[in-house]
Amino acid sequence: MATINFESELRRAGANATGGWRRLAFLAQRYMLGTIGLIIMLLFVWMAASADLICRYDPLSVDSAHRLAAPSALHWFGTDSFGRDVWSRIIHGSRISLAVGIGSTTLGATLGVIVGLASGYLSGWVDLVFQRITDMLQSLPLLVLALVMTAALGPSLPNVIVAIAIPLIPTVARVIRANTLALREQPFVEAAKSIGMSEMRIALRHVLPNTMAPLIVLATAQLGSTILTEASLSFLGLGIPEPYPSWGRMLSESAAEYVRTAPWLVIFPGIAISLAVFGTNLFGDALRDILDPRQRG
Amino acid sequence: MTGQRPLLEVTDLVKHYAVRGGILRRQIGTVHAVDGVSFSLGAGETLGLVGESGCGKSTVARTVLRLVEPTSGAIRLNGQDIAPLSKAALRPHRRSMQIVFQDPFASLNPRMTAGDIVGEPLSVHGLAAGAKKQERVAELFQQVGLRPDQMKNFPHQFSGGQRQRICIARALSLGPSLIVCDEPVSALDVSIQAQVINLLIDLQRKQNFSYLFIAHDLAVVAHISHRVAVMYLGRIVEVSDKDELFANPRHPYTQALLASVPIADPKAQRLTPLIDGDVPSPINPPSGCAFHTRCRYAIDRCKTERPALKDAGAGHQVACWLNDGTGRAE
Repeated sequence: MATINFESELRRAGANATGGWRRLAFLAQRYMLGTIGLIIMLLFVWMAASADLICRYDPLSVDSAHRLAAPSALHWFGTDSFGRDVWSRIIHGSRISLAVGIGSTTLGATLGVIVGLASGYLSGWVDLVFQRITDMLQSLPLLVLALVMTAALGPSLPNVIVAIAIPLIPTVARVIRANTLALREQPFVEAAKSIGMSEMRIALRHVLPNTMAPLIVLATAQLGSTILTEASLSFLGLGIPEPYPSWGRMLSESAAEYVRTAPWLVIFPGIAISLAVFGTNLFGDALRDILDPRQRG
Repeated sequence: MTGQRPLLEVTDLVKHYAVRGGILRRQIGTVHAVDGVSFSLGAGETLGLVGESGCGKSTVARTVLRLVEPTSGAIRLNGQDIAPLSKAALRPHRRSMQIVFQDPFASLNPRMTAGDIVGEPLSVHGLAAGAKKQERVAELFQQVGLRPDQMKNFPHQFSGGQRQRICIARALSLGPSLIVCDEPVSALDVSIQAQVINLLIDLQRKQNFSYLFIAHDLAVVAHISHRVAVMYLGRIVEVSDKDELFANPRHPYTQALLASVPIADPKAQRLTPLIDGDVPSPINPPSGCAFHTRCRYAIDRCKTERPALKDAGAGHQVACWLNDGTGRAE
């Protein structure tokens, strides 16, 4: 196996291995795609944080004189059927879409890891109970579950995040459990037992870190689908209430009706969603490699 | 060894695994992995445990360390039976016994540095921390022939032999009196095997701990052991001092095992193969002497009564009706 020696490469690059910034610069150069992903993600975060500064129009203000205007110098991304500026709505929508995407993925992944780790490591009746609940959750489509959840909880941002996070738990738990089951039988776990380590410490120190690679891949992949689930929820009236913009709803509202007559209503929110998903996937891949000592050389 | 109390005394150790089947997961059979094994091991002594794959060697090793719970039997470590102890009560005893596994690639956590792996037992038992721990780990690295500057490397940066040295250093860190070696060199190149074996012998001379050394390679066992126990289908069939066993094997199975060792000399006189067929399933072991299905000397008694280990003189014990401590089978 041709491994690349990280430290010696650092030295060759003239970097001081202890200098934080130099190290970061080295990593950025080494993981070019990951850096691009990170830049995209930071760009969206910056967009969400300073939405009011970047926008030229109020995303909620209706202008009946300029309904369905094509992109122009005045309205960069055009206007929708109410004459609202699409550019402003996308910028403001990043707040909701990122909050839902990052929030529900983080929440779902964290709970999924806890359930999966407990289920795989403790096995026995804990495993049995968790797995049957997981089966039940997984037998329903993600959207239907989220629908029921928001219907019960009522539409608001935190509720949408929770509603989307809960159906994620079984997916993550399954992967983590399968990994835990395999890792549990590894001699290094047995060695930890023979040392006299407590089960909790073994699970956290020896098993959990070794499940990180699939988790990161899974979580970054799920991030995209959570943004889209939010879109569907909003479309069905159970997501973020009107008139607040979210990318998903902007896309789904206009897809059927305006795709021929005013394609900018579909294209630009679509690009925003794809870019956000693309960025997180690139970053996730690089993160997985950076966190794995075997990849680091 | 001599009249002293042995370091480890295993009596009638049994490990059965349930075979379950059907929807209700009812027990439909039992794997007799270890079926009444007794042996003792003195301080500073090495007992080699040999036998074919699947004869229960590794289960004995894991059961002695309580990594696998024994079904019955006693495991006396320094006179105290550790078999019935709770996990918490067992913890202080874990310091006295450690294990080195067969696969040096899987026995090290790939996400921890070598130094952290070797130092971990010290932290778990609160024996050393900070600079003191680093110092001790560096010392352990030197003892097993690694450089202290390799402490910050990850397992994948080491070769197989070096990884096994890390495993040995981890086992040494708590200053154990017993190290169980479960085929520690089987996964290594022959040239590396010799290095690791000699390291193990060297360490034992300096620190006077005991080895329970499990292997299927008789040459390796002959090199490192003081005494050798031969296992067949979950039972010990013969125990003796190394030289006596190799010169004067009494159990037909031991004889067959020794006859099957390859000799690196094409002109050498081979003993005729004494055994054919496969090992019977441990789910349904043969009645009486487990070996009677393959034994060329088997008599009627072998099929019905199970022979116990009996003294055959000169510290030699054998479980065979024909021998009975009186003479050889041939």
